[in-house]
Amino acid sequence: MATIVGGIATSHIPTIGKAIGKGWCNEPEWKPFFDSYKPVHAWLEKVRPDVAVVVYNDHGLNFFLNNMPTFAVGAAARYDNSDEGWGLNVVPPFAGYPEFSWGLIESMVADEFDITSCQEMLVDHGFTVAMGLLWPKEKGPCPVRTVPISVNTVQSPLPSPARCYKLGRALGKAIEAFDEDLRVVVVGTGGLSHQLDGTRAGFVNKDFDLLCMEKIVTDPEALTDYSIPDLIRLTGAQGVEVIQWLVMRGALTGQVSKVHSRYHGVISNTSAAVMVLENSCADERHAREHVLQEHL
Amino acid sequence: MKTSLENHKIPGTIIFDGQRAIDGYALNKMCFSFNSAENRAAFLSDPDAYCRKFNLTDKQREAVKSRDVLGLLESGGHIYYLAKWGGIIGLGVQDLGAQQTGMTVEEFKAMLARGGAH
Repeated sequence: MATIVGGIATSHIPTIGKAIGKGWCNEPEWKPFFDSYKPVHAWLEKVRPDVAVVVYNDHGLNFFLNNMPTFAVGAAARYDNSDEGWGLNVVPPFAGYPEFSWGLIESMVADEFDITSCQEMLVDHGFTVAMGLLWPKEKGPCPVRTVPISVNTVQSPLPSPARCYKLGRALGKAIEAFDEDLRVVVVGTGGLSHQLDGTRAGFVNKDFDLLCMEKIVTDPEALTDYSIPDLIRLTGAQGVEVIQWLVMRGALTGQVSKVHSRYHGVISNTSAAVMVLENSCADERHAREHVLQEHL
Repeated sequence: MKTSLENHKIPGTIIFDGQRAIDGYALNKMCFSFNSAENRAAFLSDPDAYCRKFNLTDKQREAVKSRDVLGLLESGGHIYYLAKWGGIIGLGVQDLGAQQTGMTVEEFKAMLARGGAH
């Protein structure tokens, strides 16, 4: 059976993608930021995942308002990046794993999540910047196959934090039910606080960012008490991307311990952060699900 | 159309709800087309003709012409799509932020470097 080795939360700010593309990792301005991913690389080398399930949000590359799925799961053998329109370099394709994707989709739909399955899916910076940070091309070919999961953060109404956390629970159950000896890491990308639009553009809330980083480890259910309007108020119109962190955290079904955590402050318009959470065993899952049902 | 989000007014923040999605559909569709380099070139060669091809309203065409970001948001533009238009005319997210907050770009960047607006 597949096992979940842990979860990673990371920002996916386009400027980071630009820095990766330009090879600025050792420039003085960028070195402290990129160095903070070295413990992440060390952990990945230790746990050696075969597959990364990457929960992100599309910013208008694959999905438009004509069809806007709340939760879309990739089921392709290959995921291409493409021109996003404002100058980020296009990166090479990522390997998929259709059999695993369909296993996840079947299990999550059986758990009453109405998933949109995608046999073609362009992945944008929400996916590619995270992948470039976790598996830099300098370290050789990407060692994992991937399953992208896109969460709607474009068109209101957005899925609530509680709904996203529950999706994560269903995802964790689906991964562990897959009948193959696979090691899986779940990645949640985006955030933290930022707002690009309106007269409140430039809004940042470090206190709330730090609260999210604390609660995501020890008490993720506390974050499910917020509504989407609460989150927009507290973390900015685009800071709601933290719901993808909640999907990731929901998928960690066992004992979770923090391996690495770094808050960087603002890059471009956005609070940047990275966290690694190790998932040790699934023994507690039934007990936790019972508690979750009572809580929600 | 009254949506539940209207009960949660957040200062300086535009919620992209169903009504805005309707109002801004053509504008956002035009901006979505800018994922293609060919379409970006077509826009640059005659911006107003390109806007007319997508059936933008007079107000939206005027806002495109005057590079009025808040006007485009008010008439249904979504920032993710508008960012693609911004890229064509050399406006990054910090330029867009400066314009919306009435700051110079240097002031806006300095504000972010101090930890952003609160």
